[in-house]
Amino acid sequence: MSTGTLFDKVWNMHKVATLPSGMDQLFIGLHLIHEVTTPQAFASLRERNQRVLFPNRTFATMDHIVPTDSTQRPFADPQAELMASTLEKNTADFGIQLFDFKSGKQGIVHMIGPELGLTQPGMTIACGDSHTSTHGAFGSLAFGIGTTEVRNVLETQTLALSRLKVRRIVVNGALQPGVYPKDVILKIIAELGVKGGLGYAYEYAGDVFDTMSMEGRMTVCNMSIEGGARIGYVNPDQTTFNYLKDRLHSPKDMEKAISYWSDIRSNADAAYDDELIIDGSAIEPMVTWGINPGQSVPVSSNLPKCSELQHPQSAKDAYAFMGFSENQPAQSIPIDVAFIGSCTNGRLSDLREAASIVKGKKIHPKVQAMVVPGSQRVMAQAESEGLHHIFTEAGFQWRNAGCSMCLAMNPDKLTGNQVCASSSNRNFIGRQGSPNGRTLLMSPSMVAAAAIAGHVVDVRKEIGHE
Amino acid sequence: MNNLAVSSLKGHVVPIPGIDIDTDQIVPARFLKHITFDKMGEYLFYDARFTNDTVNHDHPLNQPEYANASIMLVEHNFGCGSSREHAPQAIMRAGFKAIVGESFAEIFSGNCKALGIVTVTLPRHTIQQLFQHVAAFPNSAFSIDVEASTLAVDGLPDPFAITQKDTHKKAFLNGTWDELTLLKSNRDKITELAKQLPYLDW
Ligand code: SF4
Repeated sequence: MSTGTLFDKVWNMHKVATLPSGMDQLFIGLHLIHEVTTPQAFASLRERNQRVLFPNRTFATMDHIVPTDSTQRPFADPQAELMASTLEKNTADFGIQLFDFKSGKQGIVHMIGPELGLTQPGMTIACGDSHTSTHGAFGSLAFGIGTTEVRNVLETQTLALSRLKVRRIVVNGALQPGVYPKDVILKIIAELGVKGGLGYAYEYAGDVFDTMSMEGRMTVCNMSIEGGARIGYVNPDQTTFNYLKDRLHSPKDMEKAISYWSDIRSNADAAYDDELIIDGSAIEPMVTWGINPGQSVPVSSNLPKCSELQHPQSAKDAYAFMGFSENQPAQSIPIDVAFIGSCTNGRLSDLREAASIVKGKKIHPKVQAMVVPGSQRVMAQAESEGLHHIFTEAGFQWRNAGCSMCLAMNPDKLTGNQVCASSSNRNFIGRQGSPNGRTLLMSPSMVAAAAIAGHVVDVRKEIGHE
Repeated sequence: MNNLAVSSLKGHVVPIPGIDIDTDQIVPARFLKHITFDKMGEYLFYDARFTNDTVNHDHPLNQPEYANASIMLVEHNFGCGSSREHAPQAIMRAGFKAIVGESFAEIFSGNCKALGIVTVTLPRHTIQQLFQHVAAFPNSAFSIDVEASTLAVDGLPDPFAITQKDTHKKAFLNGTWDELTLLKSNRDKITELAKQLPYLDW
C-alpha cells in the first residue's frame, strides 16, 4: 500500500468515514456538472423532495450537446434544447451557478474548471464524466462518476469510493521538438495497455512533467482514464501556482493556499505500489491506427503485425474495422477530416501550436477541417491573437466552444467510413458519430500537418526537425 | 442486511464476445439525449444489434435461445470508456442482474454496483471455457453465490471460484449497494469535516 503520496494525503484528509462495505466515504470539494449526466440525478432529488447540501460547491456548464455553428436558442435539435433547458431549470431551482453562453465562460466542463480557478491542488473533485481525470493536473484527486453518484454528491457532498493503488510514472529527459504531451500519454498507454491502470491512480513525475506547462499536464491527466486509471495527477509546483494566480475563483490569500498546496505534495520518501520509468527523449510523435487508444505507433514506423502484439485478436478486429494492413507505413494513411479540439487538446497552447503549422498554407482539397476551441475564453483569447484568421485562411472552419466532434451528441459528426485525424481522446468504433467512421488520435500539431498533406505525416518534418 | 441484499442469483446467460467493449458500444452517444433512463433498455448494443434499424440476427441479444438471459458473459476490460451510467442502466432495464467476465473498467463496475448489478470476474481460460459451454448449451443456467464467491454452471461438475471486489461483495450482502442512505447517515460528520478543510471559503 502506498504511503506519503499526494494521493494518500488528500484521500485521508477528505475521509468522512469508513462504510460497512469497507469503502471510504470521501468529501468532495468541487463538483462539476453538465447537461448529459445530471437530469436523472436532479429528478431523483425532486421526487424525494431533497435539496442540494452544498449548492455553492457545484458548478455547471453545457458542452456535449451544444451545436458549434450557432448558439441561437432554441437549438435546432429539440432533444438538445430539452437537455439545455432542463439544466437551466435544475441549476436555477437548486441554487447552482451555471456558466451559460451569455456568461462568456461556457465551455467543456474540463476546460472551465481550471480556467476559472475552480480546480485547485489538494481538492477532491467529481464530475459525471470520465475525463474528470484532467483536473489531476493540479494535484487534485478527480473522479469521473456515474449519474447515481452525481445524485449522491448533490445530496451529501460525498462519495463512497474504494481506495486505489498508486503507480508512479516517471518520464525523464527532454521531449524532442515536435513531440507533445499528447504523444507522452499515448506512449504511456501503449506501454501499459488500456486496462493497465485498473485499480490504480497514476502519479506523473520526472523531468518531462517538471518542465511541462499546466495545459500539457492537463492533456496527459485527461487520458489517464484511457489507460484504465480512474485518476491521474501531477504534484503541484511553481508552474501550478503561477497558473492559478489571479483567476476568478482562485484563493484571495495565495500565500496561505500555497502553503497547503506545498504540504500535500508526495514526500520524497513516499512509497508507491508500482513504478514505471520511461525515457522521454526517445518518445516520437504517436498516432493511433486501431479502435482503442492503446493501439498506436510512432509516426515514422509501420503498422504492427498482429502476431507480435499482446492481443492479436483485438488487433485483427481493429484492422478489419479500419481497413488498414499490417506493415503499412503509418504515413501512408489518407485522411478525410481533421478535427482540432476537445478537452484533451482544445486549449490555447494547442491552437497556437497548430496555427504555427498551418500558417500561410492551405489544407488539402480533399480534407474537411475544423478547429473548435474548448471554451469561450479560449476562443476569445485565440481571436485576440488572430489565430482564427490563420486557420480560416488555410481552409479550416472556426467554430464555437463545445465537445463537437469528440463524440456524437451534437451536429458535428463523421459520415460513412471517413477517416478523421483527431486531437481528441477516443478512437472507439462509432465514437465520432458514424457507426463505421474511423478515428486516428494524434497531437493537434500532427492533425494540422495531416490536414495540409491529406494523409498522416511526421510533424517534425514541418518544423524542420527530423 | 435488508430486503435489498443480494446473496445469490441464478439465471440464463447470453454470451457477448469481444474485448475492450466500451460504453459507446453498449449505448451509442446519440441515445444519451434523453433526460430519463426509461428507454435505455431498448438501446442496449443498438449499433451491433441493428444495421440501419434492421435486425442483425447474428447478434446474441437478437437470438431466441438467449431471450431469457439475465446474466451476461463478457471478456476483458468490459465497460471501458465513458462514465455514462446509461450503459449499466440499459443492461439493467434489459433485464440483466449480473455480468460475468474477465475484467471490468473501474467506473463501470462501480456504476453497476450502484444499481444492484453484480459483476464478478474469473480467469481468462475459465471465461473461454464458459463461452464454449454456453454456445453448446444455450439453456444452461449460471448460479452465482455472492456469499461463498462461487459460480456453479448447469452441466459442469465443480463450481468455479469467482473474484469480487471485497467492498462490492459486502455491499451486496448487506443490501447497501445504493449507498445513499448510509452516506446520509453521516451528515454530522460531513459538516464537521467540511469545516476543517482549508479551501472551502478561501
Ligand atoms: S470533449 Fe470529448 S471527452 Fe471531453 S468532455 Fe467532451 S465529449 Fe467528453
